[in-house]
Amino acid sequence: MNRVMLADDASLSAEQRYGAVAALLESGFNVRRGAAEGVLPIRASGREPRAVVDAALAAAGAPRAPWKPWFPVIDYDRCTNCMQCLTFCLFDVYGVDKNQKIQVQHETNCKTDCPACSRVCPEVAILFPKYKAGPINGDVVKQDDVKREAMKVDISALLGGDLYGALRTRQTEARQRFSTERDASKALLERKRCLKELGKQLDIPDEVLMSLPTVEDIQSRAERAKEKMAQRQARSQTVKDHRPPPSDKEWGI
Amino acid sequence: MTAPRLVYCHCAYAKVVPAEVKGEVLRRLCASGREFEAVADLCEMSARKDPELRRYADGTPTRIAACFPRAVKWLFHAAQAPLPAQGVEVLNMREKTADEVAGRLLEEDA
Repeated sequence: MNRVMLADDASLSAEQRYGAVAALLESGFNVRRGAAEGVLPIRASGREPRAVVDAALAAAGAPRAPWKPWFPVIDYDRCTNCMQCLTFCLFDVYGVDKNQKIQVQHETNCKTDCPACSRVCPEVAILFPKYKAGPINGDVVKQDDVKREAMKVDISALLGGDLYGALRTRQTEARQRFSTERDASKALLERKRCLKELGKQLDIPDEVLMSLPTVEDIQSRAERAKEKMAQRQARSQTVKDHRPPPSDKEWGI
Repeated sequence: MTAPRLVYCHCAYAKVVPAEVKGEVLRRLCASGREFEAVADLCEMSARKDPELRRYADGTPTRIAACFPRAVKWLFHAAQAPLPAQGVEVLNMREKTADEVAGRLLEEDA
């Protein structure tokens, strides 16, 4: 349990209360002021904030499982269920529910500080509340944002055109240089430099860029997702078709 | 008139809410005589699908001091605790001043 209250709240000065509450919050406790059920009472008077936290930790028992403060949240007012995030995400964060609606299913898989799916989303419908800038952080989406995002990373452009095109050109050039210079490390450095530049533009971590799937990978992933959906739909259809026909009684005969 | 429920998010796991704003809002809450719920991080509660979020979304008039209203709305939704369309006001500590947030949070009329 991580919900606590200061048992001797009334006897504390505002400053003591603030010190204790702030320290508890910093340590991951939720603090209720006022009586309620299911709240651990912790005494704070005569204790330094750190000692209040220690008392709360002792009272709470087993520590809670860690969590990762970086995961996407879908704005369903904007989402059109286009599945670009599902097909793009390298870490299988997304899935579909039984109604084929996109949802975040494995948020702990999300790569910390990677907002790539949000950049790919044509509707600016994916938020990362702890991201530094809008509209990805949840700030109001303006018409300009939609245009800018679409311009910046139309998925086909990102994966089929701009990025891979740029990479291919660079690689070809690097290969030519390699064939003449016989220097593999230079080609590799050139590739890294190119990716770093693109990564900076899109604010996507290097390691994510370095492991971007190929166009073929993306296409086959999209195909697999489509097949899965089709299989699921077929299965639910089969279940419907194999229901026993209604009895005479059910027909009202 | 019923006083609204007050929820304060400390955004403990990131430095995206200015420390001076959230610090001052919390200080003013602690100095007020009002009941409140101060949570370490609404994102964490959403990620853990904390049942407390359902209570916060039960229709009682509520003021939430946190971050962008769009983010808060969909964090609650992601935890299967959708906020009601009416009666919940989100005060954005990422953009507003401590005076603006604390002033509205502690305003008497619901």
